[in-house]
Amino acid sequence: MTTERDYDKLLTVALDKAMPYDWSIGLHGSMFFQEIRENQRFVGIRCPQCKKVYVPPRRVCGPCYTEMDELVPLSDTGTLRAFSVVNYPFIDPNTGGQRPVPYTYGYIQMDGADNIFSHIINETDVSKIEVGMRLKAVFKPKEKMQGHITDIIHFDIIS
Amino acid sequence: MDNIAIVGVAQTKYAERKKDKTCADLVFDVTRAAMEDAGLALEDVDNVVTVSNDFIDGRTISSMAVGDAAGAHDKNISTVEGDGAFGALYGAMRTLGGFGTTLVVAHAKGSEGDVKFITNGMFEPIYQRLLGLESISSSALQARMYMDRYGLTEEDFARVSVKNHANGKNNPYAHLQLDVTVDDVMNSEKLADPLKKLDCSPVSDGAAAIIIANESHISKAKTKPVWVRGMAHCSDAYLLGDRDLAVPQSLAAASKKAYTMAGINDPMKSIDLVELYDAFSYMEPMWLEGMGFCEAGKGATLLDQGVTAMSGALPVNPSGGVLSSHAMLVAGLARIIESVLQLRGEAGQRQVENAKTALAHGINGACGQAHCVWILGNQKK
Ligand SMILES: [Zn+2]
Repeated sequence: MTTERDYDKLLTVALDKAMPYDWSIGLHGSMFFQEIRENQRFVGIRCPQCKKVYVPPRRVCGPCYTEMDELVPLSDTGTLRAFSVVNYPFIDPNTGGQRPVPYTYGYIQMDGADNIFSHIINETDVSKIEVGMRLKAVFKPKEKMQGHITDIIHFDIIS
Repeated sequence: MDNIAIVGVAQTKYAERKKDKTCADLVFDVTRAAMEDAGLALEDVDNVVTVSNDFIDGRTISSMAVGDAAGAHDKNISTVEGDGAFGALYGAMRTLGGFGTTLVVAHAKGSEGDVKFITNGMFEPIYQRLLGLESISSSALQARMYMDRYGLTEEDFARVSVKNHANGKNNPYAHLQLDVTVDDVMNSEKLADPLKKLDCSPVSDGAAAIIIANESHISKAKTKPVWVRGMAHCSDAYLLGDRDLAVPQSLAAASKKAYTMAGINDPMKSIDLVELYDAFSYMEPMWLEGMGFCEAGKGATLLDQGVTAMSGALPVNPSGGVLSSHAMLVAGLARIIESVLQLRGEAGQRQVENAKTALAHGINGACGQAHCVWILGNQKK
């Protein structure tokens, strides 16, 4: 059908505008970000049935299909459970621009929580990162916080 | 075919913005309430169908994000991207295909995205989408074609808005509770000629859930079963220009199939009330024509004769319809839920007396490309 000779006559239509959203963070998520802003610490929520602590807090424990309402104050420290140093170019959904590489994505078990929280780790040298390392959250200055996941800048490796 | 029935229903109040609740929170509210309504525990629910749309949620494979909140953890979960009436149809098929009970849940938060962008995204991207066609402007074209074909006026449509908003005042779940007159509709903001603001449904946040049970599982539920006596769907061409926009042929085909399944020869005689998808005022008379309640072009006459009023022979949209609450995707399921409440005799101030058989209707795609028709009854046959 299409030969190499006339391939450049085939057209495309580009659409490069982002679709805007204004997602409600909801009651539990709002408390999570408020706690970070006010006290620079995490807060989780405990299931009354299986006693699991989830961070960030949410309304329902899926396995128990139970409403949770016991907030559990946590600290700003946790343990690295998995990580990846990312090297490929990627459009940052926050800015629409290209995110500088490399950066390190981490799965972090916050102290006192049973599930895993994810964020950026402030180290991109693979030889210096190990699962099991202790981490501490670094927050933006309080006056710059916006109730946003980037209010946490990243996690520093502390040991 | 086995007999199946709807044994549990729940919906949120519809509202402009539910900022305190995420989509999962809304889904949790209605799934839990539907189980409570049915008197069923989570173990009694054999499988879950979630209904959502990625553009509305702004999330890829949005349907999978609400499984936990729908009680689907460790259950068979499947998804429908489209109107809730079609999600319910799929749920009914599963209930006929071996599952004892199926929970169907739909959610939408129109407040979080840009609805004009989202509905613009329905259209064919090369020739139509970049011209800006979206839900309101495409419907304006359909309304104009309908008016031109049958000599209808904007006042004909305004009277639909007046009737349905008056009905909505009796529905505690309705988003809009408005007193409006024909003059109010005619003088409301011109959005896309011939459609004014009060000809158009609001954009709502909300969620709804139903539980469908096979007859073999019905005794577990505490509610009076509402039997599915007929159901069918049919789709027309995708491109607006390939369809006769003034004649809903796919609705006529779906209705005919559903009537045959329910053993209905004369729908006007056999059906006590209709809950249809009036996203815009002009749709109500047009859909009534497609459903065979009158000849083509005579839908507005039914209203003028008082037939579709609460006191008439065929009350249409006693809930206030989609014109009073429009959570996208949820709206078709809400039509089924209102029909169930009417058939159980639990519709409060908007109760249609002696309602035994109801028609519930949902649409998918621009200008009613596809139609889903349900015939529900409080008697099995
Ligand atoms: Zn639990």
